[in-house]
Amino acid sequence: MAEVVLKKVVKTYPNGFKAVHGIDLHIKDGEFMVFVGPSGCAKSTTLRMVAGLEEITGGEIWIGDKCVNEIPPKDRGIAMVFQNYALYPHMSVYDNMAFGLKLQKTPKEEIDRRVMDAAEKLEITELLDRKPKEMSGGQRQRVAVGRAIVRKPEVFLFDEPLSNLDAKLRVSMRVRIAQLHEQLKQEGQPATMIYVTHDQVEAMTMGDRICVLNYGKIMQVDTPINLYSKPANKFVAGFIGAPAMNLLAAELVNEGGKVAVKLPEILLHLPKEKANKVKGYVGKKIWFGIRPEHIGSYETHPDKEEYANGEVTVIEQLGNEEFIYFTIGGIQYIARLDSMKVQNISKGKGCKFWFDMNKCHFFDFESEENISL
Amino acid sequence: MMEAKSMKREEELVKIDKIRRKRRHRKEQIGKAIRYAILVSVGLIMLYPLIWLIGASFKTNAEIFTSIGFMPKDFDFSGYIRGWRTSTEYTFARYFANTFKIVIPKVILTVISTVLTAYGFARFKIPGKKYLFSILIGTLLLPNVVLRIPQYLMYREFNWLNSYKPLVVPAAFAVDAFFVFMLIQFLRGLPKDLEEAAVIDGCNSFQVLIYVLIPMLKPAIISVALFQFMWTMNDFLGPLIYISSVEKYPVSIALKMSMDASAIVQWNQVLAMSVIALLPSLIVFFLAQKHFVDGISTTGMKG
Repeated sequence: MAEVVLKKVVKTYPNGFKAVHGIDLHIKDGEFMVFVGPSGCAKSTTLRMVAGLEEITGGEIWIGDKCVNEIPPKDRGIAMVFQNYALYPHMSVYDNMAFGLKLQKTPKEEIDRRVMDAAEKLEITELLDRKPKEMSGGQRQRVAVGRAIVRKPEVFLFDEPLSNLDAKLRVSMRVRIAQLHEQLKQEGQPATMIYVTHDQVEAMTMGDRICVLNYGKIMQVDTPINLYSKPANKFVAGFIGAPAMNLLAAELVNEGGKVAVKLPEILLHLPKEKANKVKGYVGKKIWFGIRPEHIGSYETHPDKEEYANGEVTVIEQLGNEEFIYFTIGGIQYIARLDSMKVQNISKGKGCKFWFDMNKCHFFDFESEENISL
Repeated sequence: MMEAKSMKREEELVKIDKIRRKRRHRKEQIGKAIRYAILVSVGLIMLYPLIWLIGASFKTNAEIFTSIGFMPKDFDFSGYIRGWRTSTEYTFARYFANTFKIVIPKVILTVISTVLTAYGFARFKIPGKKYLFSILIGTLLLPNVVLRIPQYLMYREFNWLNSYKPLVVPAAFAVDAFFVFMLIQFLRGLPKDLEEAAVIDGCNSFQVLIYVLIPMLKPAIISVALFQFMWTMNDFLGPLIYISSVEKYPVSIALKMSMDASAIVQWNQVLAMSVIALLPSLIVFFLAQKHFVDGISTTGMKG
């Protein structure tokens, strides 16, 4: 039972490189928080600072009601699962899991009980006598999680735990970790979990909230759905969602009393609500963003007022849906269409596209903040 | 008709293929035989002195210089029996014991001191570490001979002459830069995640070393112990310089003693004792060989 609070945390390396620029973050008790961002965004560094494996240059980190700046990792009430499992190769699974407890001089029966308990939860009871090298990647990862569980930590830290697994295993482990979080809650010992990943599917599916980082700064902290539908800035908009949001430099113009987005060869009129929000930017350059699924074709949306003619360059067939890459005025867009409804689109041909302007976003050209929320 | 023809042709093709495969197989076999013949003969040439040594140790003193082959005409154990007794008041057992009085503490001290030093260099931030490390490597390049005289004078000041201290005590200070260097290189190859996991599990840096690093360093530590064992066992110059009384002689000096220039050398005794002197090194080597090769350190990690 512990919340984790970061207050103006700064990390500067001895060579002068500033990795973390004063992060403020409040992770609630029992919350599943995901750190996500491109490589080099300092998500792992931040996690390691919470763990105590990395010293902090400035600010404070609180776990529960203690400022842990000066507290060694073992006394912080945390457990960590590493990307490459970090199981002790010379110990059996049982000893790997029991090692931390043995160091704490926990009574033997208690160790036994806790290890068995964790092993059952993770279905690794039959592996307890094995050495790490005698197991598959998925099994090792489960042992690594088990080693974290037996410590009964207040905070679980996961550092890209699934990135070494193949796609199928990753999905099942993802579910398992989410279940574990739920299970611990039901057992009355809810644990705060901080999970670092670069995989946005993991982030979206697992997190109660997601913290998007870039260049050592927090871009946005919110629930998955809010990140997706209300990105706070251009970075988040472009980072969350696959295929990525179409983000284009454009100009807002006033066309006969109506606000419109001026893009090469097309003019897209805004509905009233959106127009009101971005009134102040008329005549200025902005970033225009629209998600691929908010672009339709004449076939999928036949009764709209405004269409734009584009030339299809690439079609990616996924079975249930298709990603259509097309250009208008030399600019590439991507649309995500329902395969069932799309019959007459083919490469190299022209096609009419419709933009759902109710769902689009606008970002300040300089600050890149979302101005249409 | 056509069909029959094509069938026949196919059969022929299969036949030809079989013959070709057979030929290729035979060629491979011959190649293999040649390779092994070369390896075995070179191996024998390399080992011949050792084989001859063992054979000659069973010959009589006269036979050693009169016959070329390594097989003795009849096995004569007198070389072993008389050699063991030696011409001094002590038997060879005494000299063996002396050798082990040097070797065992030296190996233990070397392992402890080099592991600690290497751990320090490989894992801790020490001011001026780079500078210190280059000095360490510098001592590797320094010829031993240069150090002999100053060291001798130093130990004389300490009143350590004619004792094992000059041979053993330096090992406690990781003077074997080569071992330190070897262990550092090995440590650098070990993933740091394991140590971090251990720190989170509650280890202090000493416990990390004991519980996590040393088990993984095992192959390297065994190599260090093995090399130190053999080198110390065979060390001639060190004891020659520092040990002056016969009762403290190790095997290497005792062997030389039986080749005293003034008397007639009993070569069969010298050779017999040489064979015995070789045994500990050989035994230790073969015992340790398995661990020596067993260098898989990262199996707890990915892969």
